[in-house]
Formats: sequence, C-alpha cells, structure tokens
Amino acid sequence: MRVTTRNVSPTTALRYKGQGPMLTFILHRIGGLGMAVFVSVHILSSFVGGTTGIYLNSLYESWVFQIVIFFFVMFHIINGLRITIFDLWPSLLVHEQEAIWLEWPVFLALYGFAVLVIVRTGLGS
Amino acid sequence: MDTKPRTLRPSERGLNFEMLLWLFTRLSALAMYGLILVGLVGALIMGARTQMNFADVMRWTFMPTATHVQSTNVQDLGPWSTAFWKAVGSALLVVASAHGARGLVAIADDYIVSGRGRLVVRITSVVALIAMCVIGLYVVWTA
Repeated sequence: MRVTTRNVSPTTALRYKGQGPMLTFILHRIGGLGMAVFVSVHILSSFVGGTTGIYLNSLYESWVFQIVIFFFVMFHIINGLRITIFDLWPSLLVHEQEAIWLEWPVFLALYGFAVLVIVRTGLGS
Repeated sequence: MDTKPRTLRPSERGLNFEMLLWLFTRLSALAMYGLILVGLVGALIMGARTQMNFADVMRWTFMPTATHVQSTNVQDLGPWSTAFWKAVGSALLVVASAHGARGLVAIADDYIVSGRGRLVVRITSVVALIAMCVIGLYVVWTA
C-alpha cells in the first residue's frame, strides 16, 4: 500500500532525535543530492565548453570545492556500503549500531587524509 | 498497535517495479564498488604510486577519464585514455546516473505525494537520465 499522506509536520520531523542512524541518513541524502547537482553541471559544462564551461570546471578544480565534493562522495560511498550490506543480508541487522560506529573512523581516516593532501596541494606545497 | 510481524516472506511481499528499483539501487552500488576498484588497481599499475597523490587517485577512480589526470605529474596520458578506460568510464557514468536518478525520485517521493506529481517526477527523471547519459557518453568518448 502506498503512503500518500504525512502524519507528522516538517517541524516535528526536524526535531526528531534519530541520533546516529538519522545523521548518516541525512548526510547520505545531502551527499547524494550534492553529487547529482555536481555531476549534472560538470557533464554539461564539459559538453558546452567555452568561457562558461571552462570557468565552471576551473571552479570545480579549486581546492575548496574539492573538499566539499570529496565529503559528499566519500561519505556516500562508505555509508552506502553499509546500507547495501545490511539491506542485502538483513540477518546482520542486529549489528547495525556497531557498523555505524565503525563507519565513522573509516570515513574520517580516509576523508581526513584526502583533505590534508588537497589542502597541501592547494596551498602550493 | 499493529501486532503482526513486520517482515513478510518474499512471496507475500511481491516483486513489483518499485521493489526492483530498490534492488537496483543496491546492486548498482555493488557494481560501482567493482568499477572503482578496477580504476584504483589500474591507476597503481600505470604508475600512480609515484606520479599522483591520494586525492588525484580518488578523483581518477570516481571517474576514470584522462582529463582527471592532466593536473598531476603523469607524463604520458596515452595509457590513461585508452578505449578500455573510456569503456570503464562509460559504465560508471551510466550506472551512477541511473542510481542517482532513482535516488532523486526517492527523495522527491518524500515531499511529492500526489499520484500525478509522482508520475511527473518519474517521467522527468527518465528524460533527464537519458539526456545526461547521451551527453555524458559524448563527452567521455570525444574529450
């Protein structure tokens, strides 16, 4: 059966304290949306070329933008692996909380290292 | 309160189109992990260890096109722009676009609840997906 009405208001939804899993859910969504916008504009700007296309792509190459898009992509990839594993093997779900705890150090280590490299290159080491 | 068990057997659950799209999102994720791994191993074979930094390797693995290694210390772009890498890039592009289009529909469904609105979202997503794939493939093979 398809749910066609909401029984909670957006303000209630915003105050919902879903904690860890809720945070990963919202970051996954923000990252996915961000990537959809970025990839679409990037493909179009590469296709159109010219002053506008080159300007947009050079913006994308800037180290500040790289930090943002790397956050979106790497969080989505690492969190997505957890989602995929638990969705395809639901019997593992009892360990979901541990998996979310594990996810953060893995993400922070990889992302932190990427940011370090991007900033050092960006500032012209 | 509903006291019935909340998990249904697959036979009771049914396998409709939306369910298949749900499954596609998971399976396409697995496919992308495979493609990213191919890009990573390929980059290391082609000398990324000494010629590229970690962030550049990541950028290449997310989308293996030669333009993504132009700003690195790689001297010869030849091995990085072969038909093999264009094929890997094309596969990644199509799978990722479909995964993304499905994701956008899933997000829109949380806010657009009328049957008509959802139909519009679905048609728009398919049109946008086909357009992005065609333009993206053109860019990958001509860049």
